[in-house]
Amino acid sequence: MSRQNRIVLRAEDVWKSYDDGAIAVLKGASLEVAAGQTVALCGPSGCGKSTLLHHFGGLDSPDCGHISVNGVEVNRHRNLLGLLRHEVGFVFQLHNLIPDLTLAENCLIPTVAARTNRVDAQARLHQLAERTGLTHRLNQRIQKLSGGERQRTALCRALMNKPKILLADEPTGSLDEESSGAVFELLLDIVATEGVTLVMATHDRSLARRCDRLLEMHDGRIHEPVSS
Amino acid sequence: MIFLKLIVTNLRRHRIRSFISVAGIAFSVAAMLTVVTILQGAIGMFTGILSSDSEIIVFERNVSDLFFSNVPAEALQEISRWPMVAHADPVLFGIVSSSDQPIITCFGVTAADARIHNAVWIAGDKLTFAQHPDDVVLGERAAEFLSAKPGDHVPIGHGVFHVIGILKTANGFEDGGVFMPLNSAQSFFHKDGASSVITIKLRNKDDATPFKTMVKATYPNLIALEDAEFTRSYSQFRILKATAWAVGGCGLLMGGLGVANTMIMSVFTRIREIAILRVCGFSNTQIAVMIFGESAVISLFGALWGLLTGTCLLLALKMVPALHGYVDVTIQPVVLLIVIVLALLTGIAGAFYPAAYAMRLRAVEALRFE
Repeated sequence: MSRQNRIVLRAEDVWKSYDDGAIAVLKGASLEVAAGQTVALCGPSGCGKSTLLHHFGGLDSPDCGHISVNGVEVNRHRNLLGLLRHEVGFVFQLHNLIPDLTLAENCLIPTVAARTNRVDAQARLHQLAERTGLTHRLNQRIQKLSGGERQRTALCRALMNKPKILLADEPTGSLDEESSGAVFELLLDIVATEGVTLVMATHDRSLARRCDRLLEMHDGRIHEPVSS
Repeated sequence: MIFLKLIVTNLRRHRIRSFISVAGIAFSVAAMLTVVTILQGAIGMFTGILSSDSEIIVFERNVSDLFFSNVPAEALQEISRWPMVAHADPVLFGIVSSSDQPIITCFGVTAADARIHNAVWIAGDKLTFAQHPDDVVLGERAAEFLSAKPGDHVPIGHGVFHVIGILKTANGFEDGGVFMPLNSAQSFFHKDGASSVITIKLRNKDDATPFKTMVKATYPNLIALEDAEFTRSYSQFRILKATAWAVGGCGLLMGGLGVANTMIMSVFTRIREIAILRVCGFSNTQIAVMIFGESAVISLFGALWGLLTGTCLLLALKMVPALHGYVDVTIQPVVLLIVIVLALLTGIAGAFYPAAYAMRLRAVEALRFE
């Protein structure tokens, strides 16, 4: 199987509800994502986009159905730490950085978790900082960064341990139009260069159309428009 | 380094809260150190009275307090004649009061007693001791609070005594006490012929065990203990030590509750941050180490601050004239170690629930937390 065709993310008839079934979020969602693809998930708030991303990252488990990452099912028995440390990276709408730490320190957190060699971690940090134009801001505290810089920092943090899958939950949702476009450009550029598979939840259809696939999510199910 | 910064960052973020927790531990440590050290010093002083130029103490078996011990004069005479004994000195303890002082310790001793001979005589002549039944020698502090000088007559208990000298000693009990001739004390306290203890100096220290065996065989109602054995086994000392540690422990428990409160708040106010650390791959162990690390830093700073405060407090107490000789600022290394370890354990115990809570946090739920 060629690299492009290898399925790295698979959701099969995934159901998920909360509050003892009172709130059904995923209702038989199915999806396959090939290595290196960029996929945009669009849909109204509450349709299950974030929940599906959380399932792919092992942060949540389905009531029924199957989720697999790189061909291995994500369930309670799997090494979830390994998944979070080495296989997937998360970017959220709110940057979720630790405000009292510097940009560099925030980025290095995943390497602390994964106990990465300090020299390697520093090298990777500088590589990503250069790619994202943050080299001159490395020692700045988060409070002093602009919204766009914060989201770029969050992107660097997500990619520190060289994951091959990036799960982005409305990564430009809290930015103005200009910053949003710049961050998205950067995101696409980096995932292409690093060969990362991207699954992104977004409300911004103009950005979503620039991904390889645009999927619509409604009422807990995924629909792939013919036009995409 | 970043891990350490994650620990310290949160403490710096809530400086006042962290300060209060550190202060809680510090005051607990200071209280424990002060109480235990004062008590250890007091016990040391009391032991010092007994062990003055002697190795073994003989007293009545199964008495709750040496003040109630009666060693008959026949036993003293017999034991003094044993070949292994260099000398045997009887001491009779008594407690009386005067108009201003509710408690004055009286020591009934013979003229040959080392306590009389080894002390520094500020006034009077040691050779005049015990020449008249109404004569007494006062410790320096006792002379101070009785406003007495040699030649004066002072009311002590139900009697009036003639002061023939004032002696100075480093021992607070002796310094605040009254020395009477043994016969006078026996008569005064209605213990004719008896003493509270006999302190024994052996010709050869190796004879301690045979001596104790002989006492046990000859006088079943008496017990002979070496000084160290006495300090360890005397029930009053044990009760005092246990009380001191219990009081200090209660203080530390309060400090621990402060740490627990701080750590609970610390976890609750950064649930989202902990979730992000989880998303970044932090394990339960790493989260727990971070929480315990925070409490350990609080405890460590609290312990250091407490040791400093406690030492200053002891030094200040030592300078109070009324406590002269009663406070020994020598902090035993074992006490220091126990206090530090207890402070750290208290801090760590205080972090158990917060750490368990943080470890149970599900990232997906915590990420929704506002």
